[in-house]
Amino acid sequence: MTRHRLKRIAWKEFIQMRRDRPTLAMMLGIPIIQLLVFGYAIRMDVRHLPMAVYDESRTQESRELVQKLEATDNFVVKRRAPSYDEAVRMIDRGDVRAAIVIPEDYARHLKRGLPATAQMLVDASDPNTSQNAIAAAQLVGQRRLIEILAVRAGMRADDRPPVEIRVRPLYNPALKSSIFIVPGIIGMILSITMLIITSMSIVREREFGTLEQLIVTPVTRGELMLGKILPYALVGYVQVTAVLILGRIIFGMPVVGNVGVVYVVTFLFIVANLGLGLFISTLVRTQSQAMQASYFFVLPNILLSGFMFPREGMPPIAREVGLAFPLTYYLQILRGVLLKGATFVDVLPQTGMLLVLATIFFGFSVVRFRKQLE
Amino acid sequence: MIEARDLTKRFGDVTAVDGVSFTIGNGEIYGILGPNGSGKTTTIRMLCGIMRPTSGTAIVADVDVVRDPDAVKARIGYMSQAFGLYRDLTVMENLRFYAGLYGMDREWKERAAWAVESMRLQDATRRLAGNLSGGNKQRLALGCAVLHRPPVVFLDEPTAGVDPYARRVFWEIIRDLASRGTTMIVTTHYMDEAERFDRLAFLSRGRLKAVGTPTEVKAAFGENLTLEDIFVELQERDE
Repeated sequence: MTRHRLKRIAWKEFIQMRRDRPTLAMMLGIPIIQLLVFGYAIRMDVRHLPMAVYDESRTQESRELVQKLEATDNFVVKRRAPSYDEAVRMIDRGDVRAAIVIPEDYARHLKRGLPATAQMLVDASDPNTSQNAIAAAQLVGQRRLIEILAVRAGMRADDRPPVEIRVRPLYNPALKSSIFIVPGIIGMILSITMLIITSMSIVREREFGTLEQLIVTPVTRGELMLGKILPYALVGYVQVTAVLILGRIIFGMPVVGNVGVVYVVTFLFIVANLGLGLFISTLVRTQSQAMQASYFFVLPNILLSGFMFPREGMPPIAREVGLAFPLTYYLQILRGVLLKGATFVDVLPQTGMLLVLATIFFGFSVVRFRKQLE
Repeated sequence: MIEARDLTKRFGDVTAVDGVSFTIGNGEIYGILGPNGSGKTTTIRMLCGIMRPTSGTAIVADVDVVRDPDAVKARIGYMSQAFGLYRDLTVMENLRFYAGLYGMDREWKERAAWAVESMRLQDATRRLAGNLSGGNKQRLALGCAVLHRPPVVFLDEPTAGVDPYARRVFWEIIRDLASRGTTMIVTTHYMDEAERFDRLAFLSRGRLKAVGTPTEVKAAFGENLTLEDIFVELQERDE
């Protein structure tokens, strides 16, 4: 392998990349657009669910209950329902996602010390949203219960309850999902662009007939593969930097740990994805096949890596498949370093796995790519 | 310079090239003629070391193509049938790229200038290869193939789809290179080009039908036949 030939191939790829304006614009524009779209749109923490109120009680107590529900920030009163049926219909139509039904005897029972019931109807078609809402509603009920019991037990309303669990959220105290999402976006964008663009690169040479002219020269497989990926690795670094800076400015993502660690580990992640892309490239014959094959890898990558759904909640098979994707480890490293201030030593196991995967994928593609035309 | 010994290539049940043997001398312009599908391209690919023969071998520029295909690559130039250069690179960039692949570092400028002049591309150096005329494309491809001064050059149907004037210029360049000692192996199915070869070989259905100078081949088949007649006759005999 000569450094000179390697340099010349990278040089050629660079010129081609620069002249292919639409692809260049895509590579640099997509990270920014995706950051904005995902950063603003992905909200695991559901807030301000539209709610209807059917209040038969019409008392000070019933209004207080509705206020307390709104005060949790989980509900906003959007409609007043004239009847129970109408409240249900509002949920059916999707006008509201929840409805509180307060019976006529609510205040009376409360005053007399009898069990007072209110009903909460929740649209549970989306389990994530409804669980939050249900928890919030139950909490309001329990707080009210504690207040009443405390008074009965002879305590004053503002006395401390006898037992209390205080939860202190670490690293992301405001529980904003955008902060959790930004490192994920870095990993996802890198793997998508690296995978798709490199998977097309060898196939493109084959389709345009330039591969035949290339393999009659003394160039080696390693030179060709490495020379082809170097310019794209550079693009990857530009993408990481852009998302890091914008994530900090727009979403206020904290950078607790050492960014240098991220940059070092990113190299392994890029090589692993480029290796996988090149491997796909050697398996397919046309650019459109390359595109489809890349998506075949991209989707499970996103779904099983822990970018969208926590890996802890996955069935064992899905969890194990996820272990084969570089993104799984890279995400753990990014979140660890950026959000929690993990050191290089802390993320050494994941870094080791990235190294293993990078070697496997890259090695496979060099072996698969034959310099002989058959 | 080239010695093919019983070259054979089979793709599954199809025998594309069947026991072909010939020798080509230094500085010769050697033609491989035959209809489409007669095995011309397959023969050339085996001689270039990019396709492994099923059996037999060839010695090209003192190297055995079966034993050391990579060493063959450094000693030959090859111009594929379809335009194989980068359309989104300029003439100069293509030359620089191939000079680099053939291991030329500092001297690429000098070699590229030589190629531009001998291929008569002076007016096109800054143009994208994809925008060149057919004749210019073909001469650029030849330029890239001879940058590293290979003793042997293979041209696979170089004049297909090129206008008559560009073809004449191209042949002048080929003769010029041969006169300086480069061995040129050219495939074609244009019969009017056959008279330009020092020697030629007729291929039909993967078999060698006739070898010799144009005059010798004519004599062997009957003095009053043109090469075109022989070509047609050989093909009919096969069918």
